[in-house]
Formats: sequence, structure tokens, C-alpha cells
Amino acid sequence: MNAILMAVIGLAVFALGYRYYSKYIAERIFRLDPDFITPAHKYKDGVDFVPTNKFVLWGHHFTSVAGAAPILGPAIAVYWGWLPAFLWVILGTVFAAGVHDFGTLALSVRNKGQSIGTIAEKFIGRRGKILFLFIILTLVLMINAVFAWVIANLFITYPASVLPVFIQIPLAIWIGYAAYKRNMKMLIPSLIALAVMYATAILTAEVSWLQIDLVSYMGGEGGEGLFGLGAVSTAFMIWIGVLLVYVYIASTLPVWKLLQPRDFINSHQLSVGLIILYAGLLFTNPTINAPATNADADVSWLPLLFITIACGAISGFHGLVSSGTSSKQLNLETDARFVGYFGAVGEGVLALISIIAVVTLFSSAADFSAVYSSFEAANAGGLGNFVEGAAILAGGLGIPAHIATTIVSIIVVSFAATTLDTAVRLMRYIIAEIGSEYKVPALTKKHVATSVAVLSTAALVLIPEGPSGFGSGGYLIWPLFGTSNQLLAGISLLLITIWLKRKGVNYLITLIPMIFLLFMTMYAMFTQVFFQWAWYGDSSNMLLFVLGAIIFVFAIWIIVTAIQALSGKFDDELEKHRD
Amino acid sequence: MNMLDKMKKLIKYYEEVLEMPHRTEVARELRDQDDMFLLLLYSEMIGIPNPVYYYTLELYPHIIEDFHDWHLRMGMDKSPLTGIRCC
Repeated sequence: MNAILMAVIGLAVFALGYRYYSKYIAERIFRLDPDFITPAHKYKDGVDFVPTNKFVLWGHHFTSVAGAAPILGPAIAVYWGWLPAFLWVILGTVFAAGVHDFGTLALSVRNKGQSIGTIAEKFIGRRGKILFLFIILTLVLMINAVFAWVIANLFITYPASVLPVFIQIPLAIWIGYAAYKRNMKMLIPSLIALAVMYATAILTAEVSWLQIDLVSYMGGEGGEGLFGLGAVSTAFMIWIGVLLVYVYIASTLPVWKLLQPRDFINSHQLSVGLIILYAGLLFTNPTINAPATNADADVSWLPLLFITIACGAISGFHGLVSSGTSSKQLNLETDARFVGYFGAVGEGVLALISIIAVVTLFSSAADFSAVYSSFEAANAGGLGNFVEGAAILAGGLGIPAHIATTIVSIIVVSFAATTLDTAVRLMRYIIAEIGSEYKVPALTKKHVATSVAVLSTAALVLIPEGPSGFGSGGYLIWPLFGTSNQLLAGISLLLITIWLKRKGVNYLITLIPMIFLLFMTMYAMFTQVFFQWAWYGDSSNMLLFVLGAIIFVFAIWIIVTAIQALSGKFDDELEKHRD
Repeated sequence: MNMLDKMKKLIKYYEEVLEMPHRTEVARELRDQDDMFLLLLYSEMIGIPNPVYYYTLELYPHIIEDFHDWHLRMGMDKSPLTGIRCC
């Protein structure tokens, strides 16, 4: 099959979904009203509540939700062939992600711009809030572990990317300072920063002594590292240590100093990346040699596909952005369709190019089978395959392969680093919130909460053993990340369903994706926890068993809550909060 | 509209997307400073001695409009001052 045709089909389905399905939801289900006074107008304070042009708000919403996850998930999931991943991304975006992101935005707008956590408390009571807090805590912990591994892995595989990524930090601080203290415009400085980063990337790709290659310093892959560990294992440990020290500092600094200016540079990288990859696709016109379905898969696609691709098909994390910031800045209620639904479509477009980059990498089906030999190999190598595949697409624009791989790995690392920074910050807030909920005042302190966040991340990312030993198994957490993300989406869909049910409109559009998601996650967790990770299972792993079991309990908890909520158990709660 | 104008419009839009979160942060930082200042102004009324009380008293009429939002942000649902009945 031709890859351009695949992209065209995918984009056409997204366009139809936006044009017709989101219109139907906006007009018939949510019944958006252009005259409704949105929280941005009602509570306008110039800080959180600011009416914003819908295109600008979409741009901000999209750059907040797009990251490394919609790239990594599809790159792993093509293990089952391109067809299942492709179908789940396009149908998931249209029927699940779009509805979820749009729904959380509309729900929040109708509830004073409050976040999903507060709305859960309002609809379900204190139990809803606690459930929500623990699910997000699990989610951010998984995000930290996975992305710390992603960055360490890319630094080891592509040592040329290290220096440009570290150069981004002082550049970002400079932009933050210039913009905040000197009131300078940000566009030019952030473009200069991007140019400096990419110039460094070209330099490091060409000059080998500028590549910080820890493994080769220790005598190559067979070399001896520290504490009797192998060279690769030691390199993982060092990079993860460095990253965790970095996120500790980054997540305790004010947002404008480092996180935000990094986001400016990353917004450019997102645009540059998407343009290069789609343009490269047009110029290279590659053929898909990977099989449509993989008959030799050692694990079944059902249900694992649905937790392997979370972001890009549906992601609970988007609900936090929709209800946390975007809902407070929506100018007209009818803009929710464009910002929410089209935001999800943007993420789908990113996931689609990730699939295309990976499946066009191989010259034959045998080549594909050799690289994607097992699900374990797909998990460990998916990201590397994306980088290689994306570099080939970029080659269509005349960019040499070694420079393209460096730049693509920089883009992925930058996304992952920002996600890590945000997730540690978020984890700190949640730990503080749990501390105040359970009356443990020490946890509400900034440095105590951050230390708990960073140390638990360190434990989680270092303990799993990958093929290269200690510290290299962070990717094993990926299915748990997908599951907790889907459970969060499940809660948000439940809240939207309760809201629609009370409005007396057709709530099947959220109920069906919710049941589908909860069923798939329960199914996946059940088979993985009790048949694979348990002490008597095929690939016994106590850490994954315990974490998986906790998430499984959360899933049951959500289902019980959902049944109770939909049968009217919490109607009193809702009545109490009725305006 | 010619090509150049369209480009300018696109760049302006892009810049706006970049600056939106930044503007929010700056506004938040400034609001925090204002909150601190208001706390100093009202300190005498809530029992914290204020050595420049007579001077700050003159500012009351100017800041009274912001008082309600301020006490809500400070975590007080009702007005803490009996003299000001905003809610």
C-alpha cells in the first residue's frame, strides 16, 4: 500500500468526523449556545479567565496536549501490523478522543470552568475526588518513569542529541528572563534558540567528539561500568540520575523561568516536525512494506492494542488540559467544538504520521518481522524505529540521514522532557492535595512533595530490568501508563455521561466509548496481571504485578461508581450543588 | 489581501499562541504582588500592626472594588472585615 494513500484516508476520516460527527454532537447532544455567558466572560480576571480567540486557544490547547506519547504508542503498536494501529487511531480519534476532549471542555464550561477533579467531587462526592486523585497520581508516576526511560534511551542510542538538548536549558532561561523582566517579544528569541539548537545538532552529528556517548567512554556495549554493572546499564543509571536532578530543580522553579520558554521552543519544534514529516512523505512517496496484520504475534492485539495506543486515540490527560485551562478561556460556548474536537484531531494527525514513519522504514515484510520479532522487542525498539523512519521521511527534503536522526531524537527528547517536568510538578500538587486531604501537613511542603515525587519515580524507573540490565526496563511500564490514562478518560466520560443523562439527551455517544474503554482496560489488566506478571505467570514480575493489581482495583472501583452513578445513587449530591 | 498580509497575519496568530500562556503567568505574578500589597493595606484591620496606617488609609477608596475578589483569593468565603460588607 502507498503511504500517501494511507495519510489521505486518515486525514479524510478526521475531516469527516470533524465536519459531521462533531457538528451533530455540538448541535443535538451538547446543544451549545452562542449566547451562553462562558466562565471566561463571567469570571474574567485577566489571569485564569480570559476570553480568547478560538484559533489562538486551539493552538495553545494542541501544543499542550501533543507530546511524545502519541509518537511512542503507535510506534510500538504497529507490532500487530499497520492496520489495527491505523484503525484504532482514526476511529479512536473520531469516536472517542474527539468526544472526550470536546465533552470535558463543554462540561467544564457549563460548570464555572472547574476542573474534572472538582466536578467529580460535585457529581459523585468526596469518594469521586479521592478516586480521581489516586488515578492521576498513578498516571503521572507512570509518565515520569516512562519518559525518564525514553530520554535516557535516546541519549544512549543517539549521543549526538545530548548537547543540543542541554543547550536548550540556558537558552530557555534566557528567553524567560528576556520576556519576563525586559518585556521582550518571544517569537524572535525563541526562533533564535531553535536555530542555535539545530545548528548545534548539525555540529554534533558531524563532529564525533561533541557526542556525549557514555557507553563508548566505558569501552562500548561489552564494557565495564560502575558498581559491577555493564556499560549500558551504568549509562542508563547516570542519565536517569541526571534527569531526575534536573526535573527536581525545573519543577520547583517558577513556571516562567524554564518550563514556559521551553514550551515556546517546543511549539516551534512541533510545527517544524509535522511540516517536515508530512512534506517529506509527499516527496519520498514511500510504500508500506510492513504487513497489514502480524500473524506471528506472540501476544494478541485484543485487548493490548487499546492500552498501547492511549494518546493519539484517546487520552484522559487531555481532559485535564480541557477542563484545567482551555475551559476558562473559551470566548463562545460554540468554540468548544473547534478547540476540543479539533485539538484531538491534531493529536490524531501526529499519531498517524508516527505510524507512517515506522511502517515505511522497512524494505520487506521479512525485514519488519526481524525488527518486530516479539512484543518485548516492539516495546523496547519502537521509539528507535520511529526516529529512523522519520529521518528517512525528512530525507525527502534533502536532509542527510545522520542529521535528521539527531534532530528527530532532539524533538522527541524535548517533548518528553517537558512532559516530565510538567508531570513532576503535577505530582507535587497531587501529593500536597492528598496530604491535606488525609491531614499529613508535611506532604503539603514544596520540597517534601517534590522529593517524594522524584524518589518514587527513581524507584519505578530503575527497578524494572530490561535486556541491558538494571535501569533499562522503563518501557515495561508503558502498558500501565496506557491503562491509567484510559481509566482517567473513563472517569471523564462517566462525568459527561451523568451530565448528559441529567440533561435528558442521548448519552450513548459517551457511554459506549466509556464501556468500551473500561472493558478493554479491565480485560488487558486482568490477563497481564493474573496470567503474565503474577508469580506463577509466564513472565513473572512482582513490581508490575503489584502496580497492575492496584490499577485493576481502581478500574473495578470506577465501574462500581459508574453503575451507581448511572442508576441515580448520587442524585442527592447533584441536587445539593444545583445552581 | 495579498500574500504578504496573509503571512503577517499568520505570524501574528502564531505569536499570539506563543504569548498566551506567558501573559497569564505574568498577570498571575503581578496579581500575587497586588495581593501582598492589599494584605499590608488591610493588615491593621485583621490584627497585624501597620506602621504606615494613616497613609494607607487614604488608599482605601481606590482598592475597595477589588476587596471582594481579594478575600475570596485569600481563602475567606465571607468578608473578614465588618466595616466592608461586600458579601
